[in-house]
Amino acid sequence: MQQVFKRPDALCDVNLHYCPGCTHGIVHRLVAEVLDELGIEGKAIGVAPVGCSVFAYDYWNCDMQQAAHGRAPAVATGIKRVRPDNVVFTYQGDGDLASIGTAETVHAAMRGENITIIFINNAIYGMTGGQMAPTTLPGQVTQTSPYGRDPKTQGYPIRMSEMLSKTDGAAYIERVSVDSVKNINSAKKAIKKAFQTQLDGKGFSMVEVLSTCPTNWGKSPKEALEWLRENMMPYYPLGVYTDKTAENKAE
Amino acid sequence: MAKVVFREERCKGCYLCMDVCPKKIIVVAEDRMNAKGFRPVEVLKMDECLGCAMCATMCPDCVIEVFK
Ligand SMILES: Cc1ncc(C[n+]2csc(CCOP(=O)(O)OP(=O)(O)O)c2C)c(N)n1
Ligand code: SF4
Ligand code: SF4
Ligand code: SF4
Ligand SMILES: [Mg+2]
Repeated sequence: MQQVFKRPDALCDVNLHYCPGCTHGIVHRLVAEVLDELGIEGKAIGVAPVGCSVFAYDYWNCDMQQAAHGRAPAVATGIKRVRPDNVVFTYQGDGDLASIGTAETVHAAMRGENITIIFINNAIYGMTGGQMAPTTLPGQVTQTSPYGRDPKTQGYPIRMSEMLSKTDGAAYIERVSVDSVKNINSAKKAIKKAFQTQLDGKGFSMVEVLSTCPTNWGKSPKEALEWLRENMMPYYPLGVYTDKTAENKAE
Repeated sequence: MAKVVFREERCKGCYLCMDVCPKKIIVVAEDRMNAKGFRPVEVLKMDECLGCAMCATMCPDCVIEVFK
């Protein structure tokens, strides 16, 4: 018998602190599998955010840096500019990337920074106990929207992939989901393509991953996946939002 | 012939693997808990395992290794 599935080498052999069934763990593994397959663990530098994935610096075997809340794209920019031969990526939640860090995110895309962003959209602030995020859906109950988010007073959920796809600097942006085996496999392909985009020097790449927060959604891990499918997917359609990798190549 | 191996002490009892297994052979180990206090999962009818690795793909905690 041959081993057909094993823990990727780029994933540290430690216990992840995430809640049972939290999909952060799936995305960590996918990133590690891609680092292994592209053979870039030795030259990758990751930037961890503030949020539930704050300890991500302990989870990948590559070099890691920790950024202040929302500033990961700015930190990644600095690292990439002084070490252009390294592969630099950030891993950020929706509160981190789409709220406090919106400016850093948008301007990194505008500048076409040759970095890769893995963006975990779970429609909530997980780490701090389930407050409303910019990505929280209309009607969604959170600690700070106890009657459900009302766009009239709390605004509309932000669609980052759509928004950033309109920036001239963005080379590759795709939204994926990790709610099923099929979608997990597609998510891995997207993550690999995003890293390849950077390796080819084509510019800013981001993969938005629809994820769950069973704990703060008040659901079982299985119910959370169903809720993601029924509620998040219609508002946040999966797909490639921009792919200029072919044209950038021609230049 | 195929088999799965669970690194039981890492299991968090989320049971997402049970749900995606096409053969529905993954069950809760009712007779024990791991050090974290979760009831891990196990496969009793290993001869039915396809080695498809759907369980391992879904596991957020990299508990499962698959051999074929
Ligand atoms: C400057 C600053 N402001 C606020 C906080 C509090 N804080 C910590 S994590 C977080 C939001 C995390 O949510 P998200 O980025 O969606 O990550 P998740 O935990 O959902 O994965 C906030 C507001 C902080 N740590 N630093
Ligand atoms: S609070 Fe939510 S996002 Fe954070 S580890 Fe738990 S389930 Fe995951
Ligand atoms: S998916 Fe992983 S952590 Fe969850 S019950 Fe199965 S083996 Fe345990
Ligand atoms: S490898 Fe496939 S058949 Fe075997 S336990 Fe896992 S999901 Fe079930
Ligand atoms: Mg979040």
